[in-house]
Amino acid sequence: MHGDAPSPRRTASRNRRRVLLKVLRYLLLTFLAVVIVFPLYITVVNSLLSPQQIASRPPTFFPIHPQWGSYSTAWDAGHMSEYMLNSVIVTAIITVGQVATAILAAYAFAFLEFPLKRALFVLFLATLMVPFEVTIITNLTTITNLGWYNSYQGLAVPFLATGFGAFLLRQAFLQVPPDLKDAASIDGYGHWRFMTRVAVPLARPTVAALSVFAFLGAWNQYLWPLLVTKDDRYRTVQIGLKQLSSTSLDQVNVTFAGVVIAALPLVVLLLIFQKQLVRGLTAGAVKG
Amino acid sequence: MIFTRNAKARRRLRESGLAYLLLGPSLLIFAVFIFYPFLSNFYLGFFKTPPFPGLPNRFVGLSQYQEVLTSSTFLNSVRTTVAFAFLTVPLGIALGLGLAVVAHQQLRGIAIYRTIFSSTVATSVAVASVIFGTLFNPVVGLLPWLGINPQPPILDNPDWALIAVALITVWQTLGLTFILMASGLQAIPDELHEAARIDGAAAWSRFVRVTMPLLSPTIFFAVVIGGIFAFQTFGQIDLLTQGGPLDKTNVLTYYVFTTLRTENNDGKAAVLAVALFSITLVLTVVQMKVLERRVHYAR
Repeated sequence: MHGDAPSPRRTASRNRRRVLLKVLRYLLLTFLAVVIVFPLYITVVNSLLSPQQIASRPPTFFPIHPQWGSYSTAWDAGHMSEYMLNSVIVTAIITVGQVATAILAAYAFAFLEFPLKRALFVLFLATLMVPFEVTIITNLTTITNLGWYNSYQGLAVPFLATGFGAFLLRQAFLQVPPDLKDAASIDGYGHWRFMTRVAVPLARPTVAALSVFAFLGAWNQYLWPLLVTKDDRYRTVQIGLKQLSSTSLDQVNVTFAGVVIAALPLVVLLLIFQKQLVRGLTAGAVKG
Repeated sequence: MIFTRNAKARRRLRESGLAYLLLGPSLLIFAVFIFYPFLSNFYLGFFKTPPFPGLPNRFVGLSQYQEVLTSSTFLNSVRTTVAFAFLTVPLGIALGLGLAVVAHQQLRGIAIYRTIFSSTVATSVAVASVIFGTLFNPVVGLLPWLGINPQPPILDNPDWALIAVALITVWQTLGLTFILMASGLQAIPDELHEAARIDGAAAWSRFVRVTMPLLSPTIFFAVVIGGIFAFQTFGQIDLLTQGGPLDKTNVLTYYVFTTLRTENNDGKAAVLAVALFSITLVLTVVQMKVLERRVHYAR
């Protein structure tokens, strides 16, 4: 380069140092990755062992003869099939409902003029101040009085709207260029067509992030499903895990299999929608 | 003239009507499932729930508030929750930040490591609790094999139960903390690091002088969020310790739950919910101050 060229030996030693540094970096990263993922790994391993093998010492860290039977036991006798179906149904209702109500409300706040707009917007934001845990006492009474105790409605309806989602989408809608709105109305687009063909498609990244965030929240719910269900017909998978883990220790491989089944949808979701998930979570963290 | 004014007014009326129609579904849900139950807590707190169902509720005014909020169980519960926050938040942020820094480099295959570091977002509280509950189990668990075998077993041990639940929580939220910190780091322009490097700043001093100040809004923010999460902690406790041993893990949300479910005491549970709300409100106000500061920083 400039000045006098470094001697070949010095270049070699610097190269060696760079390689060594790189190796060290990979070692550190790999060590951390192993520590973090170990509990998940050992869960998968244990789900494939017999209860005797799980309890034997030293522990088995690799299943040489995997026994898949625990999965069918968890799925059938452990009622995981019912729990998963219930979770899928409730999560789907909540996700679709939240996204739909948020789109409608956000559209009104972004594109329409009406009396009390500011006050209503503040009201939407105020919902973020009330943690759900605070509302359970009366909500349980309300759901029971509606005849929705132990039902899909009871599990889903309280979560069909979100101030956070409406806020997030409003911000996205406000990015839609005003010219586009004018052009659309010249083309004879009514509000409905403008919403579905212009505004929502343009806000797609936000809609996707909100969907993933809503899905994650609904799937992971614990307190409310525990309060509002009483039998396996409506228990969600998180509550199902509680049932499964309270079975005896000679079925512990079945418990591990149940955990893997319960976690699988989110693992798949994470792998496919990593970008949307990160967006949803970083935006969602603002909500807390 | 009159015609156009009428048309304009009519159009405005139609627009308002449409707006309320669009807001309607959300407002209905909010009214029934957020505002009404929230406000009714204050009212329910004035009434003593009878010990046997069927008897009428008795109006006692503020005395129930006083009774519940000064009771040793409540104060212990708040202390436990605060302790839980102190056990989970600083450690969680330190680990999440550490991982984010380590993963913030140009290396082949770094994306795989980032995915693994965020992997615990794929676990729910219930999944994490059942995994660790089994790993901590004195018969089939791995901890006893590693020689960590306190008597009584870790989750039944008054000295260790809260710490154990906190560690599980840190692991479960690590993915989220990592994602938060990593995106905070990514928002810092590389040129700043470059400039500091050219100025001869060593790696550690670049971290302390450049990275940390620029990341401080994210960190503050994670602290407040972590605090709010701590006051909503429930699943771990229900699955692993049921508030025990000796009430050592009886965090506030779990206390509300057992008061509602086991004691069937709506009045007392309502007072506890009001307390839970007030604490969260304080934390939220702090959060807003932090956000304000963050906006200030960005300028």
